[in-house]
Amino acid sequence: MSLFTILLSALLVNNFVLVRFLGICPFMGVSKQVDSAIGMGLATTFVMVVAAAATWLIQWFILEPFGLPFLQNMSFILVIASMVQLVEMFLHKTSPGLYRAMGIFLPLITTNCAILGLAIMAVQNSYTFIETVIFALGGGLGFTLALILLAGIREELQLADIPKPLRGAGIAFILAGLLSLAFGGFAGLV
Amino acid sequence: MNTTIISLVSMGSLAALFALGLAVASKKFAVETDPRVEEIEGVLPGVNCGACGFAGCSAFAEGVATGKAPVNGCPVGGATVAKMVASIMGVESDGLKRRVAQVLCKGGHAEAKQRGDYDGPKDCRIAHATQGGDKACSYGCLGYGSCVAACQFDAMYMDENGLPVVIEDNCTACGKCVDACPRDIIMLVDEEQGVHIRCRSLLTGRFVRQVCSVGCIACQRCVKVCPTGAIYMEDNLARINYDKCTNCRECVAVCPMNTIEWQEGKALLEKVAVS
Repeated sequence: MSLFTILLSALLVNNFVLVRFLGICPFMGVSKQVDSAIGMGLATTFVMVVAAAATWLIQWFILEPFGLPFLQNMSFILVIASMVQLVEMFLHKTSPGLYRAMGIFLPLITTNCAILGLAIMAVQNSYTFIETVIFALGGGLGFTLALILLAGIREELQLADIPKPLRGAGIAFILAGLLSLAFGGFAGLV
Repeated sequence: MNTTIISLVSMGSLAALFALGLAVASKKFAVETDPRVEEIEGVLPGVNCGACGFAGCSAFAEGVATGKAPVNGCPVGGATVAKMVASIMGVESDGLKRRVAQVLCKGGHAEAKQRGDYDGPKDCRIAHATQGGDKACSYGCLGYGSCVAACQFDAMYMDENGLPVVIEDNCTACGKCVDACPRDIIMLVDEEQGVHIRCRSLLTGRFVRQVCSVGCIACQRCVKVCPTGAIYMEDNLARINYDKCTNCRECVAVCPMNTIEWQEGKALLEKVAVS
């Protein structure tokens, strides 16, 4: 599989949020404004790429040689949690506005299943190091894309006359469903 | 056994490595926070009631420090806290009028009729949702004390007549009782106001008389007698505009149902006429 195929697959065809349904929590939580959606997407992308690289090293240089595959989840979570801490500190220092906009969802990247899922999938597919990083980049950008798409629509919807029972989370879930259906159209591209 | 040791050593060293990295990063990315935020938080009551409109005391403190919240924005702390916050921020506090909760119903067991028995949970909201409760007046106090239970400051109790009483010295105007009351009987009013129309019934006079001996029958005498035009009639109920009321008590004297009540110990007020 070429690197481009891997990237495209993770970005669109097997989009982590809209096709694999991973990482729904920040997808619904931080998609009210495009600005914070971009920030959240990029933060998650960064964590994904770094975590994927680190987990690849851990998997093939520690877990496999020592026969410790059962420690996979634990060590991966360790890596992800540390990376999230790092991102949190960095954002708090460099962009307090973004830090506040993301609120609780920033530390919650730790438990974003898309990241752990990505790391484990990369191992299952026996990707090389470069492939893993590209896979993570595609996954992260796909996550960002999904977030921005939903946030853009939700921003427009602020002005729309939505039936009362559907306002807020209700219409967001319907939108997410429609987006997911739309992304189904990419199936078979790769 | 061997696996155990290898797992422990490998995971331990990994964790140590990350911990070291994070320790270095936390030094490098240390954020200097506004020291005033902590100071302000120190003088706030710290009950995180949310009455200021912020998500807790620390959020309010941050709001004050960044100029998003007024220094006197804490209704619980009142004037004392407002002064302390103002001195931390280095500005003059323009004084916050203390507000207290007022119960706008006088129909206790003695005055208001029951229309049946209610055996459900002793909670006003549940009673209200159960066919409107057992009181004949569908606007009056149900008397199960949800407001008292909601009060975090021991500022309310139920009297023998089944009505909540506010201990004004303890009341912080946090508004929890206002939210708890399903009948919207409790209202936050400036402490200095001493004249209150203690009825919320929108029934016409005839029906009020059938269910309660102290309800507003919309006779309009108070409206006519009020020298400042502070009382007006809306939906069969006399209402008071506290911005205009001067505590002159003319209305208290003429009210045939004794619905309008004067609280002893409050002074006459001078008010600039509002056009």
